[in-house]
Amino acid sequence: MKILFRLLIILLFFQNYSLAETSQEVDKISKNLRCLICQGQSVYDSQSDFALSMKIVIQNKIDEGKNDEQIYEYLKAKYGEWIVYDPEVNKNTILLWVLPLILFVFGGILIIRKVSIK
Amino acid sequence: MSKNIKLISIVLFTLFSFFILLKGLDKSNIYSPEIKENNVNFNFKAKYLFSEEEVFINELLNNEGVSLINIWASWCLPCRDEHAYLLNLKSLNKLSIIGINYKDDEKNAKQFLSELGNPYTNIITDPKGINSIEFGAFGVPETYLIDNKSKLIIQKFIGPLDDKSFAKIINLVQ
Amino acid sequence: MVNQLGNYSLYIALLISIFIIIKTSLSFRNSYNVLSGNIFSLISVQSLMVIISFLTLIYAFVTSDFSNETVYNNSHTTKPLFYKISGTWGNHEGSLLLWLLVLTIFLFLFTIDSKNLSQRYRTLTLFFQEIIIFGFLLFILFTSNPFANMFPIPTEGTGLNPILQDPALAIHPPILYLGYVGTSIIFSSALGAIISGSINKSWASHIKRWVLISWVFLSIGILLGSIWAYYELGWGGFWFWDPVENVSLMPWLCLTALLHTVFTLEKRGTFQSWAIILSITTFSLSMSGTFLVRSGILNSIHTFANDPSRGVFILCFLFVLIFISIFIYFFYQKTITVGSNKTFLISKETAVLINNLFMMFFLSVVLIGTVYPIFLEVINNEKISIGPPFYHKLIIPFLIPFLFFMAIGPNIKWIKDKMVKINLKDIFIFIISIVISYIFVNKFGVSYLLSLPLFIFSLFLFFVTIRDFFGKNINISQKISHFGFSLLILSILLNGVLAKEHSSNMRVGDEIKFLDKIIQFQNIEVIKKQNYQTLIGKFNIVDKNNSLSLKPEIRIYDQPETITSEADISSTIFTDNFLVFNLIKNDGFYNVRYQIKPFMIWIWISVLLISLGGILSLKKKNV
Repeated sequence: MKILFRLLIILLFFQNYSLAETSQEVDKISKNLRCLICQGQSVYDSQSDFALSMKIVIQNKIDEGKNDEQIYEYLKAKYGEWIVYDPEVNKNTILLWVLPLILFVFGGILIIRKVSIK
Repeated sequence: MSKNIKLISIVLFTLFSFFILLKGLDKSNIYSPEIKENNVNFNFKAKYLFSEEEVFINELLNNEGVSLINIWASWCLPCRDEHAYLLNLKSLNKLSIIGINYKDDEKNAKQFLSELGNPYTNIITDPKGINSIEFGAFGVPETYLIDNKSKLIIQKFIGPLDDKSFAKIINLVQ
Repeated sequence: MVNQLGNYSLYIALLISIFIIIKTSLSFRNSYNVLSGNIFSLISVQSLMVIISFLTLIYAFVTSDFSNETVYNNSHTTKPLFYKISGTWGNHEGSLLLWLLVLTIFLFLFTIDSKNLSQRYRTLTLFFQEIIIFGFLLFILFTSNPFANMFPIPTEGTGLNPILQDPALAIHPPILYLGYVGTSIIFSSALGAIISGSINKSWASHIKRWVLISWVFLSIGILLGSIWAYYELGWGGFWFWDPVENVSLMPWLCLTALLHTVFTLEKRGTFQSWAIILSITTFSLSMSGTFLVRSGILNSIHTFANDPSRGVFILCFLFVLIFISIFIYFFYQKTITVGSNKTFLISKETAVLINNLFMMFFLSVVLIGTVYPIFLEVINNEKISIGPPFYHKLIIPFLIPFLFFMAIGPNIKWIKDKMVKINLKDIFIFIISIVISYIFVNKFGVSYLLSLPLFIFSLFLFFVTIRDFFGKNINISQKISHFGFSLLILSILLNGVLAKEHSSNMRVGDEIKFLDKIIQFQNIEVIKKQNYQTLIGKFNIVDKNNSLSLKPEIRIYDQPETITSEADISSTIFTDNFLVFNLIKNDGFYNVRYQIKPFMIWIWISVLLISLGGILSLKKKNV
């Protein structure tokens, strides 16, 4: 009941802010961003204050003519690598990307050695 | 021989993983922000609270000393808890405190300040929460200590101020 | 009072466990002749004790006995009976008791099932399984006792997280655990078999059934979790590459590899060592999963109550088991009699190896993606997120050759086959797949780089698996599972490519155009239910020919106070219409998200088909 009451307050007393339809581009970018204050949700999926503001910021940046890459960079500078779901390849993440491939090649070699051609 | 090497390397690797995971348990899951790049673009406009005028944040920062930027809202309960610290800091008269009123209603904000006192030198509004993102904020309350000259964030405080962060601010201001 | 019954039963089970471990290890010196005696009755009593304690906990939940701390923390008197019962395993303590229950019941069944196998092997398996049971009993009794008392007795509980009050999720844990924890018996049996030197065809045909049981339950368990995520989390997705999902997928991948290896071992007597390694790995992955989920080391949607001391215990126990297995494997490796059977290049054996290679690759991607952030944070103090893009980038390119090998693999004969067997029919099917895919990709303007080859090969596999139903090969269970898999990949692909969605803020009375449809928000109705209030939104989706009415809900639960969104989904065989709405902090506005999800139902059906193949395979004893 209390929460319902609080909600009513929020619903009644809040001033309107942008109701602009979020574009496809915003959806695409926000799907790749972690909502930092939520538990394992993307910005796209979340309805938290943080995520809502983030979507507006992304829209603004798009309107300023920024491309995806620049927007990710901008947010990474503010919040660190943690905010993006798609880690870039750098000295910290090189193993992440390469290790599975190494294992695949290694396994392939083991199979080739095991199998007799004749 | 090669069998032993295999065994030893597997054992070592397993031990390695064990200790990493053991250490990992101590780390908290709550994101504690290391300041990545502490320069913020202060060159944006925002509306003053209780007036229709707009201002560049730049102009609010003096040219020397430090400023405190505090993100707050009347609907945020922890903000009430930290308010005493802000009033205390104000009474020291050593730094200007800039409030960012986050996603709030003007009427409620006014009531909040008249009830608890106004520690802020200036207050600007952030109805959409986008100015706060410029500072790398997660929500309310958050506080940043800023070096006026270099315009760099010296220290971030996520969540309400407490004795520890208060002492730290005093220390940095001196 | 009743509460204590459960507690004491667990202590009795612990004593039995210690007794069996001592008794069996003493018998290692002589004839291993313990199972003939009263050990079997002890195992039965132990299972009984665990069942009693589990029933006691259910009873405490049903009667809302708040003198029990677990019940107090996770239940509430106003909760419907069904969720009171499912609340038993919807929390840390109860779910561990469920773990224990599966461990003991599987041991009990295994002991009955393995009657005609060697005493030595059975005793050793019993020994290892009891060590696992012992570890979990210690864990439960000393770090997460489900029967802890509360005093003074509270009059009301704090309630179960409403997001868990859902039929699919209520039965998800028991089903999942049967598969997940069921792998323990495979682990114990593998260690028993390697020490007793009995890794051979007959061991394979014996353990095969246990592998199948775990595999079927795990598949269905993952399916249920996925269905739940689809309609309860309200985002319209069914797989998020969330760490908690990943830890259930990892044992599945490993178990799938093991299944194929065990089939080969049964037929051909090869790959003994590999089967052992996989058996050990599967259970280690299950344990690691429990560690990752229960210790709260990961950041996930499904984070449960965390307590670091619990994490330390599971971690130590997990690594003790891993070390024991590593040493046993290395010291008893020589008991594996390498068969004289060669593996020829063109043979079903090679096909199985290739299957295993890909399974291990997918496994390594998921495993590394899940734990890498932990390692990086500890070593470098850098925090990164690994999400869907990472998994897609690494898995999709490898899926293409995998689908190809899966299409041709099952038709290759055992031992040695001829190179030139590619017949005109295959080429014909392949060309048809190319043509259809090309037309499709063009028509729908799909722009992803890899989508064309991915379509070609998944269609190819799809057609080949259909054709195989009319082939000579009599292995119907394999055909069904493989067909199910091809259907799964194809549905996921079509679903991913053709899905459309629209999200906007609407008020009652608003209309929005989307594609050729109009979304109308007609009204909201407020209804009071047993333990929540619900706002039911009435929406109409109108297009040229017909109109569809959808009624998503926003539920406001009172204990604990939580808001959840319940999507309304209308499913047909072609497409799902998915609609969910959320409260936003705005005057009278709601965030409305409408999604068109084609072929959704086929994703569920295909996983059921995959599992059905496994069930059929269980029924026939010797194929």
